[in-house]
Amino acid sequence: MSLSLRDISVPGRLHDVTLDVAAGERLGLIGPNGAGKSTLIRAIIGDIAATGHVVFDGQRLAAWPRARRARSVACLAQQQTLAFPLSAREVIALARAPHATGRTVDDQIVAAAAHAMDISHLLTRAYTRLSGGERQRVQLARVLAQIWRAEDAGARLLLLDEPVAALDIAHQSRVMTTLAGLAEQGVTVVFVLHDVSLAAAHADRLVALRDGRLATAGPPDEVVTEANLAHVFAAATRVIAHPDTGHPVVLHG
Amino acid sequence: MKPGLLFASLSAALIASFIAELALGPVAIAPGQVLAALWPARDTNGSAQVIVTAIRLPRAVLAMLVGAILAVSGAAMQGLFRNPLADPSLIGVTAGASLGASLAIVFGGALAGMAGLTVVSIGAFLGAAGAVLLVYTLATRELVTSVTTMLLAGIAIGALAGAATALLEFVATNEMLRRISLWQMGGLDGATWTRVAVLVVVALPVVAGLLALAPALNALLLGESEARHLGFAVDAIKTALIGLVALGVGVSVALAGAIAFVGLVVPHIVRLTLGPDHRLVLPGAALAGAVLLLAADVAARLVVAPAELPVGLLTALVGAPFFILLLRGSRDYAL
Repeated sequence: MSLSLRDISVPGRLHDVTLDVAAGERLGLIGPNGAGKSTLIRAIIGDIAATGHVVFDGQRLAAWPRARRARSVACLAQQQTLAFPLSAREVIALARAPHATGRTVDDQIVAAAAHAMDISHLLTRAYTRLSGGERQRVQLARVLAQIWRAEDAGARLLLLDEPVAALDIAHQSRVMTTLAGLAEQGVTVVFVLHDVSLAAAHADRLVALRDGRLATAGPPDEVVTEANLAHVFAAATRVIAHPDTGHPVVLHG
Repeated sequence: MKPGLLFASLSAALIASFIAELALGPVAIAPGQVLAALWPARDTNGSAQVIVTAIRLPRAVLAMLVGAILAVSGAAMQGLFRNPLADPSLIGVTAGASLGASLAIVFGGALAGMAGLTVVSIGAFLGAAGAVLLVYTLATRELVTSVTTMLLAGIAIGALAGAATALLEFVATNEMLRRISLWQMGGLDGATWTRVAVLVVVALPVVAGLLALAPALNALLLGESEARHLGFAVDAIKTALIGLVALGVGVSVALAGAIAFVGLVVPHIVRLTLGPDHRLVLPGAALAGAVLLLAADVAARLVVAPAELPVGLLTALVGAPFFILLLRGSRDYAL
C-alpha cells in the first residue's frame, strides 16, 4: 500500500481511523460538517498532533526528512491566508522551493500547472486582486507544481481539502480531470469533497466519515446509496444513475 | 520599477547623503577635503580631518547601520506576522527600551557607563531584550509559537511598559523628564567609534541572517502550515527571525533612541516599487533605510543649526509625505 493509516486518533475529533490507499488511487472523503475530514487531512500531513501511524511509501511520514517530504507530498488546505500582493506566478513558483531543478525547469512546470488550472492569463496579476475561484485555482496550481514531475520524487501524495469549493462547474470538471491524469502517473490522491455526486464520479473509492469515525467505505456505487446517505448525513435524498456513465448522482433539496 | 534601477538610484542617493553628512555642518568642508581627510596619508588640513573622522564619519556610519537594521527588521516582521502594519515595536522592543532607558535616567544617574556606552544605552538594551523575551515566552507553548498570540502579547507588554514609563515620567524631575523625552525622539548625536564598533558587530550577522531567511519569509506569506509543507523548519525559522530582530533593533534603539517610522514605512515604499518578494524587499529596505536615516540626519543637523533636531522627528517629516505620494500614485498596491 502506498498510504497506510493505522488507528489515527485526535482527541475529541477523530477516533481510530484505519485506511489504506494504493498508489495511483483517488480516494474521496465525504461526510457532514465537523465529521473530521479536514482533521484527517491535517493529521496525515502532520499539522496537528495525532496518535496512530501514518505510513507513506513504506516509512512513517513523521520520520521523513523535511526536504524529501516536501518533494513528495503536497497539501492544499481548505482556507488560504495569503494577504500580500505576490503575483499568481510568484505564488505558484513557491512550490518549487524544495526542488533544486533549476530556473528553466521550474518555469516550465509553473506554466504547465497554470495551464492545467486555466490561469495562464492571470500569471502576472496580483493574487490579492483575483476572485475567490481564481485564487483557489492559483493555490491548486501551486500544490500541483510541487509534485508535478515523477522524476523529482519517489512516491507522490496529493492531499486536497475541498479543492473545488469556490469553482464553477466547468473548472470543477477541469480540476477533477487533472487529478485523474496525475493518478494515472501513480500519484496517490486523497481529496475532500462536499459534492457527493462529483466525488462519486471522480473517486476510485469513497470513505464516509461521521462524528470522527469511519462510517462506510468502498466503491462509489456501494457507498452512495439512499440508506448510507441518510445514516451519514441525516439527509433525505434520492440517488439515481447517471444516464451516460452510470455513476450515482445524488438529488437533494 | 526594475529592481536594478531602484538599487542604482538608492546607491547614488546613499553616496550623495554620505558626502553631505561629512561635508555639511557648522564647519563646512569642501568635498575634496572630505575625501582627503578619509585618506590620512594625503592629509593637509588637521582640523578638517578631526571633524570628519572623529565626529562626522562615525555618525554617518551609525546612521546608515541603524537605518538599515530598522528597515530590514520591519520588513521581516511584516512578513513573519503576515501583517502590513507590523513593525519591530509590535514585539515590545521599543516600549521595553523606553522603559529601560527611563529607569536608567531616573535611577541610574550615579552609575558610570562602561566601554563608551552610557548607562542609558545599557538600560535601553536590557529593557528591549527583556520585553521581547517576555512576549516570546508568553506566546510559546510546547515549542510552538503562535504569531497571533505574540502580536497580542506584544501589545499588552507594550502597554504595560508604556504605563511604567509614564509613571517614571510622573516622578521624574524636570531635567530627567527632558532627557527622557529627547531620548524617545531618537538622535545620533552620541556617535563614537566605540558605539559604531558595537553596532557593526551586531549589524552584520543580523542583516546577513535576515537576508538569508528571505526564501523562508516568502513561503511564510502563504501561511505557517504551507511553509512547513514546502519543507521549511518553521518553528526554528520563527525563533531565528525574532531573535535577530530583537538583537538588531534592541542595539539600534539603545544607541540611537527610538527612531519612529523607518521600520514601518520603508519596507512599504520598497514593496510598492518592487513587489512583495522578500529576496528583493529585504536588501531594498536595508538600502532605503540607510538612505532615509542618513538624509534625515543631514537635515536634522542643518535646519536649526547650530542646534540639532532629534532625527526621529525628521524621518517622519521626510518619509511620510513621500509615502503618501506613493500610496496615492499607485493603484496596484493591492493590500
